[in-house]
Amino acid sequence: MTEKTIELTDLRRLWDTYSEKRIGVIGLVIMLVFIVMAVFAPYIAPHDPYELYNPMEPPGPDHLLGTNDIGQDILSELIYGARVSLFIAFFVSIVSGLIGTILGLLSGYYEHVGFFIMRIVDAFLAIPRLPLIILIAAFMRPSIWNLVIIFTILGWPITTRIIRSEVLSLRTRNYVEAARMLGAPDSYIMIKHILPNVFPLLVVRLVVEASHVILAESSLSFLGLGDPTAKSWGMILHYAFMYPTIYISDVWKWWMLPPGLCIVLTILSLMFIGYALEELVNPRLRGMTQV
Amino acid sequence: MTLLKLKRLRTCFPTRDGLVKAVNTVDLEIGANEILGLIGETGCGKSILGMSIMRLLQPSTRIEGEIIYKGQDLLKLSEAEMRKIRGKEIAMILQNPATALNPVLTVGDQIAEAIWLHQTMTKREAREKAIEVLRSVKIPSPEKMANECPHKFSGGMKERAMIAIGLACNPALIIADEPTRGLDASTKEQIIKLMKEVTEEKSMLFITHDLDAAAEICDTVAVMYAGELVECAKTGDLFGKPLHPYTMGLLDSLPCRGLKPIRGMSPSLIDYPSGCRFHPRCDYASAICEKKHPEMVKVEDRHYVRCFMYL
Amino acid sequence: MIEVEVEVRDLKKYYTSGVLKKRYIKAVDGVSFSIKRGETLGLVGESGCGKSTLGKLLLRLIDPTSGEIFFDGINLLRLNRKELRKIRPRMQMIFQDPYASLNPRMKIGECIAEPLKLQTDLTKREIRERVMELIETVGLNTEHVNRYPFQLSGGQNQRVVLARVIALNPEFIVADEPTSALDVSVQAQILNLMKEMKEKFTLTVLFISHDLEVVRHMSDRILVMKAGKICGEEPVKS
Repeated sequence: MTEKTIELTDLRRLWDTYSEKRIGVIGLVIMLVFIVMAVFAPYIAPHDPYELYNPMEPPGPDHLLGTNDIGQDILSELIYGARVSLFIAFFVSIVSGLIGTILGLLSGYYEHVGFFIMRIVDAFLAIPRLPLIILIAAFMRPSIWNLVIIFTILGWPITTRIIRSEVLSLRTRNYVEAARMLGAPDSYIMIKHILPNVFPLLVVRLVVEASHVILAESSLSFLGLGDPTAKSWGMILHYAFMYPTIYISDVWKWWMLPPGLCIVLTILSLMFIGYALEELVNPRLRGMTQV
Repeated sequence: MTLLKLKRLRTCFPTRDGLVKAVNTVDLEIGANEILGLIGETGCGKSILGMSIMRLLQPSTRIEGEIIYKGQDLLKLSEAEMRKIRGKEIAMILQNPATALNPVLTVGDQIAEAIWLHQTMTKREAREKAIEVLRSVKIPSPEKMANECPHKFSGGMKERAMIAIGLACNPALIIADEPTRGLDASTKEQIIKLMKEVTEEKSMLFITHDLDAAAEICDTVAVMYAGELVECAKTGDLFGKPLHPYTMGLLDSLPCRGLKPIRGMSPSLIDYPSGCRFHPRCDYASAICEKKHPEMVKVEDRHYVRCFMYL
Repeated sequence: MIEVEVEVRDLKKYYTSGVLKKRYIKAVDGVSFSIKRGETLGLVGESGCGKSTLGKLLLRLIDPTSGEIFFDGINLLRLNRKELRKIRPRMQMIFQDPYASLNPRMKIGECIAEPLKLQTDLTKREIRERVMELIETVGLNTEHVNRYPFQLSGGQNQRVVLARVIALNPEFIVADEPTSALDVSVQAQILNLMKEMKEKFTLTVLFISHDLEVVRHMSDRILVMKAGKICGEEPVKS
């Protein structure tokens, strides 16, 4: 057998374990729909979301979900909104994941470094997340990049802590000691022996972090602290709620409900994916069959 | 008098790599007050056999044949009826006491739980009974230790607590799955002595890979290889003059008998070698061993072996 | 050539617990002995007597509280990180659990190639050839190269560990209960293989086990350890 085919069967095995949980497949399908929406927004959206038509039009053949108070097509807004929400979510989770992994590896492997980093992490974790985000967002100029920075700053400590606790346990494994006995440098041990074994945990963490960020971004936008020029789902909700008669007319059905549903579905799909991935993290279930 | 009789027992469960025929096919009898040792190496199906009797396997597992306990077939019972058997009639002592005890409950509570599930009595009575059971397995100051969580117990003490849980409802049959695994030589000796004492008026299926332990405690020993029994005899006979080449090889690999290994490795339970399952590793194998699967034959009084040499 | 390969003088390792009221756990409490070149020293004791800690101390996988360790005349405790890393390939360790001693995400071939990659200047092809050679030396099949540790049995994995250990021609090996997780017939295979390796590569071995019979079979001399101290010598022949 060549090396290539083995890699393929490994992937196959991984997918088999993953797809055993139907919920994970559902999550993945929903997520893919949203990703396609975000990537191909200009081709899918029937109108330019910034273009103004007749305001407050109910759903019809031209505007499937009607228009908002200044006459923008709500369906197109929704499709473009996927871009902003998903971009922020993935960007933040990857960047904070990267920082968290590096610091987690170092603080787990070197005790003294770990002590120092953990105190910083403790300080960050002691602060309640959402109120702080609101506070910072209120003082900084609202823009997408500022949101990204705020979420990253608040996301890395959790990842660091999770990775560190795993590294602490991996560090004492026999194969790590065996590598030390071969005279391997620390950097080699961390990259070759520890990192691959924390990776599954990290993937789950990234997924969970992404769902947190989507929720946080929507909350901020809803409160009016988001980027007013970016079309995110939270921002659509924000404008909808500001509309005076939103509660007494039928408008909420096509203006408020769809972005709300999008947020819920995205978070739900991420949670489903995370749940199915947990299965892969558990080494007892991976590759080996249960007895 | 026979207490438990297995007739053509087969246990299979599906995995991604294929159907694992863990028990295939086993006939076995345990008499009243008999201690039967089931010895075999990792992955020969001996633990699955024990779990099959208790019907404690995954729902996808198929168990065929008959498990006759006191005249009734356990495989025909409903789950509710089976629950009445477990613990009260047949109790199990699991391997790995470190994980088999719940770390957040006191040991006393865990024993009382076992009693209370099967007998109508007040919690206080169950508790007193639990202390009594702890005393019977010789845990020092049982009144005090009953209130402690498992982490205060050493490995040997945990094993004693496990035995206490097994004994709690005074079952007729005990299935002990590797009770001495991971214990030190001296602790092991104590545990075996204790098990011998507490099973004086009971039957026990003693599943182990530890030949010394089996020699010490069992009346009869059955050797399992690749899902089936290959030899069954009284303990003295089996260790004194083993007949099956596998049994001989196993005994010769003991350090005190010269550490002569059996060549090759145990087959997987998914596909066995053709004919006699041991023939690829057997020094005495001839042409027939490759083609035909031998049946169990009676060689002497109560000495059975599955090998063409004795046909 | 120095006759004594490993010498330990008054080695101690204490662990402390508690913040206000310090309590000491004396894992290793003043141990002295020496091992001659080419000798196998058996170390028996019950679990928790500190024999595994002693094994790790000898290789400086953990640092002792006090004492001295000489390896081939070099005081190991005086070495800095870099010097230690240089000397480490000359000493190796075999652990109890063969599954835990191999990185679950590395193929058997990579596992055995790792020491060669780290410590030699061999080309890729030379490494590959040497790996195949080692695999055959320890009685494995060359087709095992592309398997993962979880696809192999405990005994096979312990063979892989042996191949890794002898890859760099070490002088001193600490074997910490190398067969207590294995079945009797597999144990016999591995112990015989270890004996063979020892003769072939003239290794000095510290063989740690709780099983006196096994130690008797492997060792030239046996020390008994109890509660962190060496409490006597046991005859090899019973």
